[in-house]
Amino acid sequence: MSKTKAAKPPPLPGPVSHTFDLSETTLREMNHALHQAESGTFAVVNPRGAHAVAAGIFTDIDVVVNGSVGYYCAGMHQHGRVRVEGNASTGLAENIMSGEVRISGNATMSAGATGCGGLVVVEGNAGARCGISMKGVDIVVGGNVGHMSAFMAQAGNLVVLGDADHDLGDSIYEAELFVRGTVASLGSDCVEKPIEAEHRDVLERLLTAAGLGGRPEQFRRFGSARTLYNFAVDDIDAEVAGTSRNRSKNTKTKKKASAKQRGQSATKKRTTKKQSSQESSSKKSTTEKRSTKQPKNTKKGAKQ
Amino acid sequence: MCGIVGLFTKTPKHRPELGRLTALMLHEMRDRGPDSAGFAIYDEGVAGQTRVTVLAEYTTPDWDVIGKDLAITLGAEVEVRPIRDHAVFVTNGDGRAARQWLIDEVAELDVLSYGRQIELFKSVGDPDLVAVNYDLAGRSGTHAIAHTRMATESAVTTNGSHPFATGADTCLVHNGSLSNHNQLRERLMAAGESFQTENDTEVAAGYLSWRLREGDDIELALKNALVDLDGFYTFAIGIENGFAILRDPIACKPAVVAETDDWVAMSSEYRAIAQLPGVNDAQVWEPDPGRIYTWSLDDLTAGEAASATSATTGPVGGTR
Repeated sequence: MSKTKAAKPPPLPGPVSHTFDLSETTLREMNHALHQAESGTFAVVNPRGAHAVAAGIFTDIDVVVNGSVGYYCAGMHQHGRVRVEGNASTGLAENIMSGEVRISGNATMSAGATGCGGLVVVEGNAGARCGISMKGVDIVVGGNVGHMSAFMAQAGNLVVLGDADHDLGDSIYEAELFVRGTVASLGSDCVEKPIEAEHRDVLERLLTAAGLGGRPEQFRRFGSARTLYNFAVDDIDAEVAGTSRNRSKNTKTKKKASAKQRGQSATKKRTTKKQSSQESSSKKSTTEKRSTKQPKNTKKGAKQ
Repeated sequence: MCGIVGLFTKTPKHRPELGRLTALMLHEMRDRGPDSAGFAIYDEGVAGQTRVTVLAEYTTPDWDVIGKDLAITLGAEVEVRPIRDHAVFVTNGDGRAARQWLIDEVAELDVLSYGRQIELFKSVGDPDLVAVNYDLAGRSGTHAIAHTRMATESAVTTNGSHPFATGADTCLVHNGSLSNHNQLRERLMAAGESFQTENDTEVAAGYLSWRLREGDDIELALKNALVDLDGFYTFAIGIENGFAILRDPIACKPAVVAETDDWVAMSSEYRAIAQLPGVNDAQVWEPDPGRIYTWSLDDLTAGEAASATSATTGPVGGTR
């Protein structure tokens, strides 16, 4: 957890074209200059926790930040590479589109949030809600991730070499979650799934890209049970009663149950959900082709 | 939104400049709370002496007359040190009785804090100006907590500013909002706590004071708080000889902690901590949701572990 790692920082990608000292240059001036650059390697020193460092990069440049950064570092990132020798606060690489963002220390909440592409590597730990609403980004975390990571994830891969805290993948649409350590608990509609050759290939590729060690066979895979895709009309009461976590399509046959019966069926739902997750695991080979269909938004919207 | 900072010295090295360092941290949190600010600063105090900090927001009272009346009531010596619209009453009498008398008998005053070690100042306006007006930078001490406020649910008044203190040497700053404070306030009033505002954070301060008075140590008090407080919160808490941090189990409100051999600092954002001497050698981590962190000078002087005496284990657990 120490922010200073014993390992020597990797060599710079090329000769430094320019060094920005944030104790002398304003953040706006620096980001503007980075947006004008079309190539080269840029160093940033004395970030002292500034927000939005190297945000909005959209050309094939390298930026190396020496020190810890604040919120939204490398937000909306495209094409280039940003490396931070230090820690990052909330929203690291938020909405990354392509390219790579790498941090040598820890990231706090919502690292890689809503990312659509590219690679985010957190060499230390990531805090709560890592990869929240991820939409295609690949995230590799060398340490642990906090609670509710990959919340409402839609596409992409989250690879965790350490442990995942409670409610991993809560309300997940799609996306693949790989965890090497322990998972404190899975969120609603997130289930364990077997690892096939195609997933091992993905893991191999991401572990190699991240360079943090780990072998594909050490990981477990988690993903969506897809029971929240469609609104189940029988759950309307459960929704009102606030017990939406246990809703399941399997209750479709229990239409017109009395209130009392509904109460009983809520208990049954838990068992049926467990069964259904086992079923979905065993049926995997037929149903597991990564779905490209867009989930219907009815219930998820209501959850936000 | 609000910004909070806390700085706790583990060694005497930075105590003479504690106020200056706290002011630097507070300055960085201006953006998070530009409408009001406040700080509580703790020093080693004088044995047998209690300080009561009061605020006269709307009037200019005759401090000497109030001091004399208080001395008669307590049957003790009282010295008054006015500073702008605040004043510090120093007495060798019963501090809790002094607080209660000032609340009950002097309508124009709000009692901000009392205790052997604490002084507390707060005001509406630019946080930097608040720091200057009450000479934060010129103060020394062992630990301090401070707050910048962006009011969202109640008026911008000095009364609604943080920190809040209701018990001896106990105060807290809060980022978040409590949802069950009305119910809890009534419970606490029934248990003998008195409140001066409608503010949710004052209820949290009162809750801790009550638990400490009931015999809890700070860790047990915060463990109980996790059960009884409902809402969003990141708290930085000052107590006699100690400092504590607590976040609610969802942890929506930000917090970052850094620790060196000389100090522990906590803030809403790292950029406040980045101002401190020796920060490049600090251990930096995000406090876990629902986990209690405490540091105590008593433990340090007793020669216990030089690092944090966190309620569970050390702070090196991870960003979870």
